[in-house]
Amino acid sequence: MTPLAAYLLLAALIFAIGLAIALTRRVAILVLIGIELMLNAANLNLIAFWRFGPHPEALTGMMFAIFSIAVAAAEAAVGLGLVIAYYRHRKTTDLDAMTRMKG
Amino acid sequence: MIFGLTVAFVLVAMVTVAGAMGAAVMRNVVHCALSLTVTFAGLAILFLQLDAQFAGFAQVLVYVGAVAILVVFAILLTRGVGTSLIYVFSKQWTLGLGIAAAVFALLGWAVLKSFPVSGPVAASEVTVKDIGAALMNQYVLPLEITAVLLTVAMIGAVIVAMPEKKVKEGEQ
Amino acid sequence: MNGIWGQLDQIFVTLQHWVAGLFPVWLQPVVATLIAVVGIVAAFPGIFALTTVLERKGLGRIQNRIGPNRVGPLGLFQPIADGIKSLTKEDIVPVSADGLVHFLAPVLLVLAVFLGYATLPVGRNMVLLNMDAGLFFFFAIGASTELSIFMAGWSSRNKYSLLGAMRAVAQMISYEVPLLLSSVVVVMITGSLSTVKIVEAQGGFTGIFPHWYVFTPWGFVGFVLFVTAALAETNRSPFDLPEGESELVAGYFTEYSGFKFALFFLGEYLGMLSIAGFAITLFLGGWGAPFSFLAFLPSWGWFFLKLLAGIGFFIWLRGTMPRLRQDQLMNFAWKFVLPMALLNLVVAGAWRFMGDGWLRWVVSTAVLGGAYVLLGSVLMRRQGIGPRSYRYAE
Repeated sequence: MTPLAAYLLLAALIFAIGLAIALTRRVAILVLIGIELMLNAANLNLIAFWRFGPHPEALTGMMFAIFSIAVAAAEAAVGLGLVIAYYRHRKTTDLDAMTRMKG
Repeated sequence: MIFGLTVAFVLVAMVTVAGAMGAAVMRNVVHCALSLTVTFAGLAILFLQLDAQFAGFAQVLVYVGAVAILVVFAILLTRGVGTSLIYVFSKQWTLGLGIAAAVFALLGWAVLKSFPVSGPVAASEVTVKDIGAALMNQYVLPLEITAVLLTVAMIGAVIVAMPEKKVKEGEQ
Repeated sequence: MNGIWGQLDQIFVTLQHWVAGLFPVWLQPVVATLIAVVGIVAAFPGIFALTTVLERKGLGRIQNRIGPNRVGPLGLFQPIADGIKSLTKEDIVPVSADGLVHFLAPVLLVLAVFLGYATLPVGRNMVLLNMDAGLFFFFAIGASTELSIFMAGWSSRNKYSLLGAMRAVAQMISYEVPLLLSSVVVVMITGSLSTVKIVEAQGGFTGIFPHWYVFTPWGFVGFVLFVTAALAETNRSPFDLPEGESELVAGYFTEYSGFKFALFFLGEYLGMLSIAGFAITLFLGGWGAPFSFLAFLPSWGWFFLKLLAGIGFFIWLRGTMPRLRQDQLMNFAWKFVLPMALLNLVVAGAWRFMGDGWLRWVVSTAVLGGAYVLLGSVLMRRQGIGPRSYRYAE
């Protein structure tokens, strides 16, 4: 297995675990944790392709990853603000109880 | 060399995956957040192994230094200390697990079946000066847009999380 | 540099190469690095021990009392007694505390703090890791210490600890941005994030005066802001509300006793030493001599002399200034230090492009001085501090 394939598999595994966290846990904040894990896995993918790709001096992969880190941090802040606002109204963060908009 | 991979890579990969699995199965939410921090640190070391120095340090500074603390603060503000749920996983957990496993299987099959890339390329010395020059020449538009986005996100997060003012009875 | 002073300057480097030369070739880099690590682990805790004694005696003299004077001549062996005491005290862990996290918090703190010494240039050619992004490495590792403080406060299941931890983390996050911004000025003018290059850029002399960045207007303002933010980052007085003895018992390490408390103490003081070291590297010329005719003295000697002066200054501040309240502290960070740091960046940029001459000195000093006066008066107007009035009992 080439090193690139190993890094890509690792990133796929972390992505799948992040997806599992986002889909199966009951606490709202853990969904955000899962999303952060998925974004991190994508960053790992980007850097691995930058390193083993044809033009590492073009810096495209690294720039993409750096911007992705910045945007992910901003999105985490907004998401957690939303969770806090919801908690203030309903006094719970249980996802199974957030059914007010169910059809 | 196990399977043609270095021992360092295997060790760090195992630590990272252990941290991610810990975040998935632990009962106490603060433990999940701390185990997530271990994953972030492991990923930073992987970035350093890939000769992406700036990205690795940015990962530590932003994720371990800010996002992890943000998550932990949010947990403290919304749960109270030391309570664990009786039911850790939601009612449809089998479906979620199945979807995640299917995604991993698909991605893994895609990686293993694709054309092998010709060996590792010699690492070009990427200095911070190059990154700075690239940020100011080619990537100045994404930089400015990211700045605007961060400002908007900050203002938005403050407004969303601010407690609402009580409207007085007399005035409508 | 040759001759006896040149050899004395490089004595530790020669020692390292000689010991590494005793090993086979493939092992030499590892042994050389290991020797440097052993040097750091031996030297800086030694300075920490000296600092504890200096602090207690210094604070004692400022407060008009004698400090510890029983152990050894003038009380100088007090750290040995402290060490023995902390090693033999019982390690009490509360029953409801979170065992693993409670244990890991001091370990993580000491680990992160020791890692931060890797890119500190202690002398000429004496840096453990000459990384291209050395300064960035230090700030990234410093950001990880906040997490260990939170872990300590939360795992104790004690309201005082949690309150102290949240205050400490809020304070550290608020002052992180001014710390980074005030060091970006130096990076901008030098053109590199490598600590070795930053020290070398301050190595020249005009006449007998050195080219340290602290002697320029933007450098002086940057230095003051950096030291302020550094005091807040390491929870030193006057920003020590999170661990104030009169406020919160002991803040986030209330429930720690024995060796773990000693580890926290060690971690905090080592953090203070490393950030003082980086302030010296960034603004005070690192291992450079203050006058050109004194440049023959060993570079590591100058560094440790400056470090000692910095420690003395911190101790002096602790004994003299009253503590800042939490909201005053945050106000100060976001409404004064941050705008000044941003303005400092602009002024430094203008300095760079105005060319040599007296004009840039006048313009920079005027802009920075005017901003200081304006911001200060705007902030102080909200305080409503007027002339003192007295009420007497009838």
